[in-house]
Amino acid sequence: MKTTRSMVLVSGDTESLSKGADAIFSAFTDECSRLGLQDEIKVSWLSDAGRHDALPMAVVYPEATIYGPLGVNDVKTIVEEHLYKGRVVENLVAASHELSGRIAWLAARKGTLPAEKRVVLERAGIINPDEIQDYILHDGYSALGKALTSMQPAEVINEIDASGLKGRGGAGFPTGQKWRFVAKTPGQKKYVICNADESEPGTFKDRLVLEGDPHCIIEAMLIAGYAVGADEGYIYIRGEYALAQERIQKAISQALELGLLGKNIFNTDFSFDIHVHSGAGAYICGEETALIESIEGKRGEPRSRPPYPTTNGLWNKPTLVNNVETLANVPAIINHGSTWYRGIGTIKSPGTKVYTIMGNVNLTGLIEVPMGITLREVITIYARGMKNGRTFKLAQTGGSSGSIIPASLQDTPMDFESFSKAGVALGSGALLICDEDTCVVDLCKVLVNFFKNESCGKCNPCRIGNDRAYQILTNISEGVGTMQDLADLEHIEKYLYQMSNCGLGQTAGTPIRDTLAHFRAEVEAHIKLKVCPSGVCPMSGRKTH
Amino acid sequence: MVVEASINERVHLAVEAALDRFGAHDDELIPILSHVNHEIGYLPGQALEEIAHALKKPKSKVFTVASFYGMLSTIPVGKHVIRFCESAPCHVVGGRQVIAALKQALRINPGETSADGQWTLLAVSCLGICAVGPAFIVDDDVYGNVTPDQVSAILQKYQA
Repeated sequence: MKTTRSMVLVSGDTESLSKGADAIFSAFTDECSRLGLQDEIKVSWLSDAGRHDALPMAVVYPEATIYGPLGVNDVKTIVEEHLYKGRVVENLVAASHELSGRIAWLAARKGTLPAEKRVVLERAGIINPDEIQDYILHDGYSALGKALTSMQPAEVINEIDASGLKGRGGAGFPTGQKWRFVAKTPGQKKYVICNADESEPGTFKDRLVLEGDPHCIIEAMLIAGYAVGADEGYIYIRGEYALAQERIQKAISQALELGLLGKNIFNTDFSFDIHVHSGAGAYICGEETALIESIEGKRGEPRSRPPYPTTNGLWNKPTLVNNVETLANVPAIINHGSTWYRGIGTIKSPGTKVYTIMGNVNLTGLIEVPMGITLREVITIYARGMKNGRTFKLAQTGGSSGSIIPASLQDTPMDFESFSKAGVALGSGALLICDEDTCVVDLCKVLVNFFKNESCGKCNPCRIGNDRAYQILTNISEGVGTMQDLADLEHIEKYLYQMSNCGLGQTAGTPIRDTLAHFRAEVEAHIKLKVCPSGVCPMSGRKTH
Repeated sequence: MVVEASINERVHLAVEAALDRFGAHDDELIPILSHVNHEIGYLPGQALEEIAHALKKPKSKVFTVASFYGMLSTIPVGKHVIRFCESAPCHVVGGRQVIAALKQALRINPGETSADGQWTLLAVSCLGICAVGPAFIVDDDVYGNVTPDQVSAILQKYQA
């Protein structure tokens, strides 16, 4: 009998592959065979483990030693020293990161250090995403079994409702309630859609779930389908996520083969099919009605709501649309119960939140932490402080439609309620952390430029408003702005919010609103003194618009 | 004349292959367009016409979809396409300097194709690889943590 003594997991996410992880993988296999270790050591792929500082990397189990960033030439040493002789190669070990590895498994803090708590990404980075057996060994498809064989659809919905799970796509709508709306709508044909059109700048959490734990999404969609009475599902993945699409496709065929997808699942009357639909590069398709239009083969222009997709969705049938991260919570809630879930996070925002950290900090990547930790904690503990000892100036949350959080708000707990009380938005979980060298006018210009380009053009406030706001901000950054421009920006912001048809237009003015609310003096310096205090803006004195 | 015919033939084959693979259904329009765009580099009028015919749709309906999505192009592009992320996360960690280096090396602005037809430079929205910004994609290859001085070496790889 073959017994595996050690396992080597090589990171196989998009970033690692672009840095030569393929060659490292084959070097491990070659070196192991050269030393006759091929039967005792299994070389396998690993998806994103949240260590963006150490890619490409390899993790050797059972010791859980993390090596990285690796070059092909390092592999020989690791195989000879660690795998053959049993000595850890200290100089190749990834720089210590107190929050990965074993500490990640500690229970959530209760008034102490906010240890990482994984629910959504529990298996991502631990299992081989290409092998359904790995998923099943980690309790995979047990929640589906439990739901199908021992729970009524209404009980499933009650459990999700009782857990207090809220949509993680940005809006924070209670998930159980949405499921109930779809379940209550009469109709023979219903759909479940997984929204994986993750395009908020700075957000890549869903990609990590899809690439690292694809079966989790399939299982969650099946549970959702059973609960609301749907028999068909779509996963809409943005066109740029080629690897995620490949992994999901593979996972679907594996699930079909084992009868976990298709007809009469777990020998019950429940049948379900899943299709993958690739986007083609349009931010607006993350808006659920635009996404539905896109699946139907049309321009991704949002519909007017109501009616909502819960009654009139895909092909005018009742449709449940959930974000990837939301769905990834579902199997855990069914397995462990709503009471367990409510023990994590805050009273009004239970559960965890996945944040992607980037910008001028020492450690970028992703973390999953209980709801309610503060920005200061994220920066000092997880991101290991500001780069080069510089000062924190602002953070931008939730991609472009998120808020600009000034340093004065960095102790506000990050949960839906505390943030909305402070007048800012949690958004999709991107944290772009900027130091004093960042100019708010320049940042705001970049954010507005995004909306200008991504506006679908269907309604005037968004199409014209963003264009005009961009022109004004460009003038300010060139040193030819006037005080009237600020009043104009405020008007545009207000009209965008009040008159746009969909969420994109309504939130497009947020960066302008926050910039004027928190950094007005800096903007006025551009206008009155013709100076960019951070030395970023061109200030050429040329008026272009 | 011979060259012309072979291009028409290539477009025709790409459309046929896409229709075979996805089926001539309304909801497969975007996958069909994506497939042809990937094969030919862009969507020539002939492709739109043939797809419209197969799907029994007016050509304008097909064009309106083709012109909406960022990953589809209705105009010819260069041999290699660079998609540079111009969103905030890449911008604040040095993206400005990288796009300047790209513009200087290629002597074109975003949205333009070089005179020799080798390069198209596009400034696009977030690519979802923000932890390794500044980032860009050349054809299907991802480059992250790019510094301005690495730009010419990266471009050289495609000069062969």
